[in-house]
Order: sequence, then structure tokens, then C-alpha cells
Amino acid sequence: MKNRKLLLENVHIPGIETFDVYRKNGGYRSVEKALNGMTPDEVVEEVKKSGLRGRGGAGFPTGMKWSFLAKPEGIPRYLVCNADESEPGTFKDRYLMEKIPHLLIEGMITSSYALGANTSYIYIRGEFMYILHILEKAIAEAYNKGFLGKNILGKGYDLDLFVVPGGGAYICGEETALLESLEGKRGNPRIKPPFPAVKGLWGCPTVVNNVESLAAVVPIINEGGDAYANVGIGRSTGTKLISACGNLVKPGVYEIEMGLSVEEFIYGDDYCQGIANNKKLKACVPGGSSVPILPHYLVTKTASGEDRLMSYESLAEGGFVSGSMLGSGGFIVFDEDQCIVRNTWNFTRFYAHESCGQCSPCREGTGWMEKVLHRLENGHGNIRDIDLLAEINKKIEGNTICPLGDAAAWPVAAAIRHFRDEFEWHVTNKDEAITRNYGLSKEPLIA
Amino acid sequence: MKTETTIYQNTAEFKGFSKETLAKFDEIKNHFPAGKEKSAIIRMLHLAQSEIGWLSTEGMDEVAKMLNIQTIEVYEVATFYTMFHVNPVGKYVFEVCRTGPCMLVGSDKIIDYIQEKLNIKVGGTTADGAFTLKTVECLGACGYAPVLQCNYKFHENLTKEKVDELIDAYRSGIIEN
Amino acid sequence: MKVTIDDITIEVEAGTTILNAARKIGGEVVPPAMCFYSKLPGTGGKCRTCLVEVAAGSTADPRPMPKLVASCSTPVMDGMIVKNKTSERVHEGRSAVVEFLLINHPLDCPICDQAGECNLQDLGYEHGSVKTRYEEERRTFDPIDIGDKIKLHMNRCILCYRCVEVANQLTEKRVHGVLNRGEHAEISTFIEQAVDNEFSGNMIDVCPVGALTDRTFRFKSRVWFLKPMEAECDCKKCAGKVVLWMFGQEIYRVTGRKDQYGEIETIDDKTAWICNECRFDKKDLAKWKVTGPRVIDRHSVISQGKYETSITPSIKKIN
Repeated sequence: MKNRKLLLENVHIPGIETFDVYRKNGGYRSVEKALNGMTPDEVVEEVKKSGLRGRGGAGFPTGMKWSFLAKPEGIPRYLVCNADESEPGTFKDRYLMEKIPHLLIEGMITSSYALGANTSYIYIRGEFMYILHILEKAIAEAYNKGFLGKNILGKGYDLDLFVVPGGGAYICGEETALLESLEGKRGNPRIKPPFPAVKGLWGCPTVVNNVESLAAVVPIINEGGDAYANVGIGRSTGTKLISACGNLVKPGVYEIEMGLSVEEFIYGDDYCQGIANNKKLKACVPGGSSVPILPHYLVTKTASGEDRLMSYESLAEGGFVSGSMLGSGGFIVFDEDQCIVRNTWNFTRFYAHESCGQCSPCREGTGWMEKVLHRLENGHGNIRDIDLLAEINKKIEGNTICPLGDAAAWPVAAAIRHFRDEFEWHVTNKDEAITRNYGLSKEPLIA
Repeated sequence: MKTETTIYQNTAEFKGFSKETLAKFDEIKNHFPAGKEKSAIIRMLHLAQSEIGWLSTEGMDEVAKMLNIQTIEVYEVATFYTMFHVNPVGKYVFEVCRTGPCMLVGSDKIIDYIQEKLNIKVGGTTADGAFTLKTVECLGACGYAPVLQCNYKFHENLTKEKVDELIDAYRSGIIEN
Repeated sequence: MKVTIDDITIEVEAGTTILNAARKIGGEVVPPAMCFYSKLPGTGGKCRTCLVEVAAGSTADPRPMPKLVASCSTPVMDGMIVKNKTSERVHEGRSAVVEFLLINHPLDCPICDQAGECNLQDLGYEHGSVKTRYEEERRTFDPIDIGDKIKLHMNRCILCYRCVEVANQLTEKRVHGVLNRGEHAEISTFIEQAVDNEFSGNMIDVCPVGALTDRTFRFKSRVWFLKPMEAECDCKKCAGKVVLWMFGQEIYRVTGRKDQYGEIETIDDKTAWICNECRFDKKDLAKWKVTGPRVIDRHSVISQGKYETSITPSIKKIN
């Protein structure tokens, strides 16, 4: 299929990280277009028309999120960019910000104008300190050229933009934890309601959007919401940055048009070029570590035998029984030598490590699962541990303050659902389980 | 809970931050509206750590004073975020990613190799105080795995040979902190 | 606005939380709360024991809420229908939370001064299972010394954050807080120092478990062997209205006056927090004017013994 690029088209132009080169290649047109001839509401309307869905993982329509923003008189509003990219398997925002920082800045200016924000922040994970410096350099250029600061383009609109680093905490990708962190506190997610659209940063109405979502505002305004909606498939409009990693010949960041087949993405010459070292595909986590894992027979085809596509709908086809989610686009591929139990333990350890510790089900539950999985993986497991895990799972899911509890529970539930035989093998073949891996699991007999 | 660390004694006594750091503190505070300066804390702690080498109590207390907040508020923040070392560390801190995507392409072996090569365990510091080895969760560089970060620098697509080169480069001062 | 909880309808003001609406009804429909403390704004939402099911969001939008919600921090809407006791899901959710809170909690009730008036003990009694499924080693913390009046026993802590709010709201300087994160999160002072302030003793009264106990009472007696008496004194720092826990003529400990939710009572429109001098230093009966026995209306082990029978029924029960 044709593959349009809306974000990374110019990424390979030398010097694109500088204002001049970026500008020469059509940069900052969206700011001119918005400020010169559109009201803020018209900008919001275009984003709504585009059908853009939040690229951070939840997939909530961006235009709708914007329209929820409360606008009380005399109280400032804020736009905050969530650049706390920490979902295992995801590294697309880092790529975008490093290679073409002005795209994010342009998207933020246009979006801030639409939302009536006069101060905006980019909250970036502390590990990306070098990107913070790249962004600050680009921001300084934009100030110099009159795209930031007072009276932008002489249109009477003021905007200040700052970059704020985190300090190493996955949970700060959750928008209310991010706001807490931005206020200089521990990254404990807030209890909702109230939502940030009503009470966000310092108690003021705030919109928090992912880097890629804000960057996508640029082509949406340049080409129009309808034109953007024509790219992609169904309700999955536009393009998506996919971070491909794991056992692939060519891992990396790819911009794909929504609707590309998973088969083509994994094996196509323009994409990942297949599984590394001539191995077979064992499983795939298509949307970052939080989404359910798919066994090899459900990766390229759905349970009903249709081609699986890279879109919100197709990847979720079959629900949690035989589907997964597009999530953040962190596409993790496992070859036949990988151990599912070990990986599930590894992911669970991640969530236990990253739990803020505020609410009891997540604080205690993630740690418990980690210990049970560690036991199973190291040959000290018991057959009843598998059901215990499934039960702890259910007890965490839905009972926590923020979605980290769910994110910790889903991968375990999915792994047990699809790879129960491998878990059982770890119990029955304890010695072997330590020294070798189980290999490919058998395809279930579907009547 | 205290983490197990071989404590490398940072002998230099803390006598306050340098002029440059203090100027940066002031600039960062201006990024936020009046009365909301506490927002500057994380970035200030990064700078404090870079200058001191780790986050000593004295350093944190100084940050508290500058932000006009109580010291416990700084301790609470510093211990929440994993990038901050509230115990002394070596000059170069190798933070190796251990999460799924890195593990799939051999981060375990890299961690083992560094332990062997530097003759320390995860969490430990070499006797000369040069290197500390820590494991961290996902660094957001999964496509270039295995990966480690050392004092804000990413080192990607690691192999044993690359680790050798890296350690030599740090030891000989080719890579500056 | 009208809200229905377990088939009982009540009229409440806009902005009231489900939990407070339930407390207005009283009795069985009130969800338990371990972290929420109505006298300490900003508490709540963390422990998840007060989860309830919202069967209908409001008259305007009668859809049920997909997840159980924390009743302490969810405001009611007009026409909301809430299920607490009547919901199987709530029972399951609450049992789950209790199990989580207990997996790492030490089984040291026999030597814990909080036993008998411990919220976690009550919850375990109601929702816990007979046997634990936790085979791992329990989490322990290095003990730290926070002074000669208050004992911090971190292994017992459920991280309700109430004591942090006491320090924020009642004292001028907070020296303790929550450090680290996840399952390693702990109440600590970071560098060892005493939590010493005129009102710091109230941390003991708000602690739902035995994580913060009174060192002047440590290991002296089980609470159910003591007679609670209401007493007052002229105190310049606080209202001086306390409960003396007596054995014979001897004062074993002094606490604030708590209502049936374990919260310090409001007396003359003010929360009757007591100062450290009243709590720790006035163990001489001559310093107090005893006004009568204190009825402890609780359902836990503390009332299994003699309180309910030993006190004349003519004394008005605190509801």
C-alpha cells in the first residue's frame, strides 16, 4: 500500500533540526495559517475533523479532549506536552524530538493558540536530558524569529514555552502524575475527578497531550482536518509512529499509514525485514509492554482469519481473548528462543519497580506478582501459582487510582491465557526450565 | 529500605554551589509563575547532583533553602525519582537497562559482563571510585538495545567489545563527564 | 441532591462525597475508611477499602460506572444510586484490598499496642480469609528512631498518609514524609531526627494501624483491660478534652476523643486535637477533672469484653 509520511517526511534533510532549514522546508506554516486566518475554535474544529486520537497510548480523540477544557474568566490555561516516554518498547517521541524538534514546537504553538494557553510546558523524562538541550536550543531560535514570546507574528498572541525534566519515573507518563511532578512533587497520580481539563496544573484548566499528537496538529492544520482523516483506515486516521524492537532484522522508528498489514510491517523490505537470525516469530506485543501479548498465530491474522492491520480497531479485534491494542505503538517482537515466563516476570518487575506506592492494590499486588513469577521462572513454582497469578491480577485490575495497576495486570493475564502450557512446563520441568526455553507454543485447536 | 551499596566516600566537603549553578537555579525558577517555584526542584536536583557527584543531604538542604521549602519535601522528591543518587556513587555511573526489549537482545549478558569486568555487583562501586553499576528500567531506547546510560549519555547497541571500549574511554578520559 | 445508598435515599448538599452521604445515613451502609480522615483535608483515595459500586451515575446520566469508585473522594450526583453492602463486587473488591494490605503486614497483633482498636484488624475480621496465600517473605524496614514519645513501626504501616497531613496541617514544620516508592515506600525522616512538635502526638491518634504508637504507653497494657474516662483540663495549647485510659486510679494513657469512625470529635466547632503535654506528660489524675465514663461504640475485639456491659445504659451513646 502507499505509505504517506506526514511527520517524518523531512527528517533526513541535513540540518532539519535548525530553524532555517526547517522553515525553508515548509516549517511553521501551520502557525501562520492559524494565527492569520483562523479563530482558536476553528483550529479545534479542524483537529476534531481529523479524527486524531491520542498517540500516547489511550487513543482518546484529541479534539474531544480539547473541547473539554474549561475556560473560566481570568484563570490561565495550560498546554502540557507529555514527553515522558517510558513505556517499554516505545522510543518514537525521542526520535521525533531529537531529529526534528521544531515540528513539536510548531505543533505546540498552534495547539496553545487553539486552547488559549499563554504558557506551555514540555515535560520530558530526565533520562532524555540531551534532548532537553536540543529542544531548548530550538525554542530559543523560535523566540528569535518571533514565533514565540510576545505578540507572535504581530497578531497579539503571546506564548512562552519551557522544557521541564523529570527525574526517572515511568508513572509520570500518567497525566495527573505528570502534573504533580511538574509542580515539583512526588509523581503520585491524582484522584479523579476532577480531571486536568478542569483542575490541572496548579489547579488551572490544563490539556496534556503526547509529543506525536501535538506534532500531528501541524499537518492537520496545513492540509485540513478532512485531508488528514482521508489518510489511514476507518476511525484510525492519519499516520502513526511505530517503535519496532526486539528480535527484528531492522528495528527502529517507522512512520506508517494506519491500516498497513502487520505481515508487511514485520516482514516487508521497507520495514522491519523479518525476524533476526532467521528465527521464527513466537509472539508480539504490539503496543508497548502494557498491552496483551499475542502468540504467533494471532499476530498477522485475527482469530477469524482476517489480515491483522496496524490500526486501533484491527489490533484490538477479538478483544482481550484474541486481540491486543495499538497502545503507544511500541512493537516488541519475540523470536522462538524467548521465554514467555521470563519476559512476563521481567515486565511485572518493571511495573512493581515503577508503582508509585500510593494505593494498596498496586503497591502490594505488583510486588506479589513479581515474586510469584520470579519463583516460577526459576524453577520454584507450583502449579497453583498460575491460578494465583490470574487471581491477583483480577484483584488489582480496576481497583487502583490510576491505570498502572491495569497495565501491570493485563500482560500477565494475556501471557497466561495464551501460553499456559509454557507456564505449566516451568512447573513440571523445573530443571529444564532453568537451562533451556520452551520454544514455540502449539496452536490451539479452534473448532 | 536501604539499598546495598559499597559506599564510595566522596571526600570533597560540600561548601555550597558554584556561581554558575546558582545562576542556573535562578534562571530555572523563572520558568514558572511567581509562587510556583517549587516546580524547579527536579531540574535543580539534576544540577546539584551533577556538581556534587551525588545528592548529599547538605546539597538537598541547600536546594530546600533556595526554594523556601522544608527539607523533607526535597527528600521526598529525591527518593521518588530513580535518577537521583542519595547515596555516594562512583564518578561514572553505568545505568544498564534491564527491561523486556533490552533483555530480548541480551542485556542480561551485558550486565554480567560488566560485573565481571569491573569486578563489582550491581549496586556496587569499583575500589578506585571510578565506576558504579546500576540496573534501571526502560530507558526508551529499545530499538538500539542493549543500552546503558552514563551520566546522561546514551551508549547503544552494546556488545562485550563495546563495553570494553567504553570502559577504556572513560578511564582514559576520552569521554568526558 | 438525592442519592440512594443500599436502597436508602437521602438528601445531601452538592459536593458531598458518597462516603459522607453514607455517614449521614449511618449504620451498615457506611463504607470503611483507612486513609480518608474527614478532619484532614487532602486525605483519602489511597487505601481503596471504601470502594463502592455506582449502579447509576445520576438522573441525567443513569449509566453505571464501569469500575468501583473510592467513595471517600467521589462526589455524589443527583439521582446517583450506590451499592455498598448490597454489592457482590464491592465485597470482592474490599476482600481483595484487605488481602493486599495483609500480605506484608506483620502478624504481631499479640504484641501490638493498637490491637483492639485497629482498623486493619477490624477489616481483617470482616473481610479477611482464614489463611494467607502469600508464601513470600514479608517486607521489613530498618527501624528508625523518631523521638522518645512516638514509636514508628514501619512494618505495620499501610501508607495512609494521614500522619503526613497531621504534620502539614497541625504543626509548623514537617520533618517526616513518604520516601522511596512502590512497595519500598516508607514513612521516614530520611536523616534520623525526632518528630517533635506540640501537636505531633496526634499522629498516633490518626494512625489506623499500629505504625505510630505512644511510647509512654508502650507494652503497658492491652487496651481492653483499661477503663476509658472522659476528662478535661485547662490547657493553653489545646481544648484539653481527652479520654483517660485508666487502670484503677492510674492513668495509663491519654488520647483524643474519637467518634465511631475513629476520628477526633468536633467540640465547640473545632476538632479537639490534643497537645503533646496533655497526651504524654499529664499522667497524674490530680491534673484532670474526670467528667464521666467514655462509651466506646465499636464492633471489634475491644468491645467484646466489658465496655458495653460495664457502662450504665442511661449514658447517651455517642453515635
